[in-house]
Amino acid sequence: MLQQIEGSQAVARAVACCRPEVVCAYPISPQTHIIEAIGVLVRTGELAPCEFINVESEFAAMSVSIGASAAGARAYTATASQGLLYMMEAVHNASGLELPIVMTLANRAIGAPINIWNDHSDAMAASDAGWIQLFAETNQEAADLHVLAFRLAEELSLPVMVCMDGFVLTHAVEQVDLPDQALVDAFLPPYAPHQFLDPTDPVSIGAMVGPEAFEEVKVLAHLRQLDAIARIPELAAEFEGVFGRPSAGLVGAYRTEDAETIVVGLGSVLGTIKDAVDGRRLSGERVGVVGITTFRPFPAEEVRRALSGARRVVVVEKAFRVGGGGILSGDVTLAVHDSAITVHTVVAGLGGRPITRRSIESILASAANGGLEPLSFLDLDNAVVERERARVLSASPPGLTGAASVYRRPPPVATPVTATP
Amino acid sequence: MAAAEILSMAAFDEGQFAQAFPSFGSERMGAPVVSYCRIDDRPIRTHEPIAEPDALIVQDATLVHQVDLFSGLSSETYVLVNTSKSFEGLGLSEFASRFRQERVLTCPATALALEHLGRPLPNAALLGGFAALTGRVSLDALEKAVGERFPGPVGSANASAARAAYKYVVDEARIERNRGVEARAAAD
Repeated sequence: MLQQIEGSQAVARAVACCRPEVVCAYPISPQTHIIEAIGVLVRTGELAPCEFINVESEFAAMSVSIGASAAGARAYTATASQGLLYMMEAVHNASGLELPIVMTLANRAIGAPINIWNDHSDAMAASDAGWIQLFAETNQEAADLHVLAFRLAEELSLPVMVCMDGFVLTHAVEQVDLPDQALVDAFLPPYAPHQFLDPTDPVSIGAMVGPEAFEEVKVLAHLRQLDAIARIPELAAEFEGVFGRPSAGLVGAYRTEDAETIVVGLGSVLGTIKDAVDGRRLSGERVGVVGITTFRPFPAEEVRRALSGARRVVVVEKAFRVGGGGILSGDVTLAVHDSAITVHTVVAGLGGRPITRRSIESILASAANGGLEPLSFLDLDNAVVERERARVLSASPPGLTGAASVYRRPPPVATPVTATP
Repeated sequence: MAAAEILSMAAFDEGQFAQAFPSFGSERMGAPVVSYCRIDDRPIRTHEPIAEPDALIVQDATLVHQVDLFSGLSSETYVLVNTSKSFEGLGLSEFASRFRQERVLTCPATALALEHLGRPLPNAALLGGFAALTGRVSLDALEKAVGERFPGPVGSANASAARAAYKYVVDEARIERNRGVEARAAAD
């Protein structure tokens, strides 16, 4: 049913339609509204049978999800930012144990300095954790991808993380066609575990594996994740057949047919980029957008194909490797390595800085006239950075950098001291 | 945020696309907050904050001299300020004169809320005023959205506050119009 609804509420309702039997989560902004809403649905009996388990931490939330899933229950949790980091050891265990847990990640920056706003640092910190990662562009996609996620997770026996931009999507009130219970039931059969812990037939899972087989185990996990690349488009097509609206799948292309420059991005920023592309198209520039829904496994072949007509690609990403560079752009570069395409990385929107259409259009303008660096930072206050660099480099011993210095009052000018001979 | 959400619900109810979202800080009750609402007849793709609004509603007039509330406004912007004072009384006559006179108005929304709800919660009243000032949503759709957001007696009290503010703004606009007619007549 089409409703004007907050993103978090829409996701809570979509998750409830998937009939999770155990929900275990620890509240953290901006994920809180999702699990509060699911908590209410469990309390009122609208979501039943389901056990909502309160725990003392995110580590416990994932551990309980692992236990529930291993015992054969459909398990769901949600977190963000530091919460994900705190559960990280168990996050790897969930994938290593091949447990089809579905988790919402309400993307948020990682401290220090503390920052509650949106970027993709948390998702990127977990991009090598063995989970499938799907990124929602809109709240409609966020709701629908959860339904697809349970089906995919359980078919492949792998955990799936649905990433939605914190605040930007979780707290936005927009129209969402909520998944209908009967249709979800038609699309998502009851959970039939590949393996589960049964007291009447005891087995161990996750036992120790030594050097003689660990590499093979990891390669098998890799291959199993890659299986999702073939399966996701099939499930998306099936979703469309059942629900009557398209589902996001691996990658989505917008106005790329004749595009010389293609912008690549993840999540809600794609909407703003599409508006910017429409703007540049009006003045005759051949620009387009490729949105990546499935970030893990990385659909390299599909990305290569989507970008094949372009001369240059601009990857706009809400996270980066400090001391390295772009993260998504690393994957994109690898996907187009055998072509003449130039890949630019634009890091944008860190810690919730708004990414505006105007700024995206200015990137496209620089890209068109050859002025875009290989790595740049959108709307960066260069003066602050340069002043701070100069101060730190001139201090002896070197002073504090980063937040500690930006928010500190400038030190008094040192009085020269003449050493006594 | 409730105001932006209700406005988006009313627009949705009238078959438009709408998007409401807050601007977050480390929130606590009473802290200044900003929320945004976009209304369009096409799907809204962007999620960037609104820097150049077509309309601005100021819920707390005590902020007008403390925070920069008026950046990004044009002479075409609708401005509705919650206060029992006039723009002159707020020290904003010069500011108000920059806009089209039929688009800029004060409205005693908190006073109307106290009268109809018994609590100083001006959201619904301001939206009633906004509907009258801009015609962007109907009073009916607004009352329905208020009722959905606040079921029961709270909703109907809010709806009557919205109605009262709507009437206030319509009456004020008429007075302003008449004043304009008189002024023109005097000039002739």
